[in-house]
Amino acid sequence: MVDIRPAQATDLKAISALDARLTGSDKPQYWQEMLAPDRHFLVAETAKGGLAGFIAGEVRAWEFGQPAAGWVFAIQVDPKTRLKGVGSALFEALAMRFKQQGVTSVRTLVDRKDHLILSFFRAQGMVAGPSLQLDKELP
Amino acid sequence: MKLQTATRLGLYAVLELARDPSQTLSAGDLAKRFGVSTHSLAKVLRTLSAAGFVQGGRGASGGYRFTGNRRRITLMDIVALFEPAPGSHAPEPGEDTAIGAALQRVLTEIDEIAEATLRSVSLETMLRLRS
Repeated sequence: MVDIRPAQATDLKAISALDARLTGSDKPQYWQEMLAPDRHFLVAETAKGGLAGFIAGEVRAWEFGQPAAGWVFAIQVDPKTRLKGVGSALFEALAMRFKQQGVTSVRTLVDRKDHLILSFFRAQGMVAGPSLQLDKELP
Repeated sequence: MKLQTATRLGLYAVLELARDPSQTLSAGDLAKRFGVSTHSLAKVLRTLSAAGFVQGGRGASGGYRFTGNRRRITLMDIVALFEPAPGSHAPEPGEDTAIGAALQRVLTEIDEIAEATLRSVSLETMLRLRS
């Protein structure tokens, strides 16, 4: 139903627009940086060439003291194409690339009040990992 | 995390029925499967039925079947039928002191993490985990 392929510079405008629409914050520079060669930045393209979604991640070693793992930085699916397996296809394609790099686990950080994305990652088989995120507001 | 017996039975019953939505099981069938009394199970099934997650149960031997959406219903939806709302509790002595308030912040943090976990696991995800 969708074709998963590496993102290109020509996709950035649509990626940025989809993300801004869903998160309310426009960050084109951030998406530009995701095109770096050591990162995996994939898009799901519809048969008509439209953007159905995207995923970005990278293998990082010794991040927060943890051995190498694939980190998922972002995933977004156009609400019009949800519940059709686009998110799962993106996740599986990224996981495959992580595996090809020799890592055996995938990791992400999720807002604990964002039940939609939490449910998505749970449905992919992800469970609570060994780390806890801690925050502090600076005075 | 400690759940009340009715909550655990509610989760067991919903998951067992959701495993195969075409199957009909009586309170007695389910009770035998989980090693509890039919009376306890019947009470739990009435709560699940009132919430629209299961249907049936006319008469002592009436069967129940799952009528919800496995992908949409989360563990929290079932837990919320039997447990107090997360974070809700009667005021306790000492809570209005600085130490009491600090302790309450930690307990609220634990409640929020537990709620997020329960809300993130759908019946569909649970049934996939067990297979």
